[in-house]
Amino acid sequence: MSAAVEETSMGIDNRKLGMWVFLGSEFMFFGAFITAYLLYLNTTAGGPDGEIFDIVYTSISSFVLLMSSLTMVLAHNAHVHGDMRRMRLWILATALQGLVFVGGQAYEFTKFVNEGLVPTGSPFASAFFVLTGFHGVHVTVGVILLLGLWSYSHTGKVKSDQPLKTEIIGLYWHFVDIIWVIIFVVVYLIPWG
Amino acid sequence: MADTATEATSDVAVENDHHEPTPREYVQIAAALAVMTAMEFSTYFIDFGLLSTPLLLVLMAIKFVMIAGFFMHLKFDTRVFRQLMLLGLGGALTLYLAATLALHEFPAGTGLG
Repeated sequence: MSAAVEETSMGIDNRKLGMWVFLGSEFMFFGAFITAYLLYLNTTAGGPDGEIFDIVYTSISSFVLLMSSLTMVLAHNAHVHGDMRRMRLWILATALQGLVFVGGQAYEFTKFVNEGLVPTGSPFASAFFVLTGFHGVHVTVGVILLLGLWSYSHTGKVKSDQPLKTEIIGLYWHFVDIIWVIIFVVVYLIPWG
Repeated sequence: MADTATEATSDVAVENDHHEPTPREYVQIAAALAVMTAMEFSTYFIDFGLLSTPLLLVLMAIKFVMIAGFFMHLKFDTRVFRQLMLLGLGGALTLYLAATLALHEFPAGTGLG
């Protein structure tokens, strides 16, 4: 049994409004971690600092995540036009790119740990792993949501006249991308030293 | 009843989509974002001197606005969503400023430390 959608005085769907309220709070959530990272930039305790980052590798990951936003928005566009076959295809493409990003991050973390940048090694390392790790968790949750949407579109729980469901998951996905746009510049590219 | 209400919501979503970009335009927007990412990447190899950080921040801001505006539909959607995002962003920036000012810990290279 599906939940009833109530009429709202603002004429805005409650589910979409709820997602935006959540995303607003998420900006502050990541804002706190980015602040902590910037505050602890110089507290490496003799361990590795930002010099350890592989910019070429991270740039490729960033590009993959950026392109996943394109496939996500194409999935929504296909759903709006009732083309469920194409919508499923783009959703799978988005999830696949998300998995590539998370896999790349797992590889990067492993490499850093082997080179001496461990989460408990210094305040800098902790702040870095907490910030990028939480982002990775968000991408993973996004992939799960996408695969759920893909699965539900097969079983009929997501119908061709319900593009709002794809749009709401898309909002979350684009948010994850937009946060990485900030992390990529602030953490990896700006030469703070 | 529930289905009718859901359909009504879907209709609103479809109606809103009339002003949104076409798939071709979405690809063009993504291409612009990719070019800006390449420009960001280039700052790692090309020495822009003092312009490096401002250039990166400007490119980041443009990418942010483009993703929020076109992909998240803030350019076409109701202002309430934009305000919610700005509220969150404002909170994050306030937190950063409050923490840095309270602790006098400005990132090296900003000349404020």
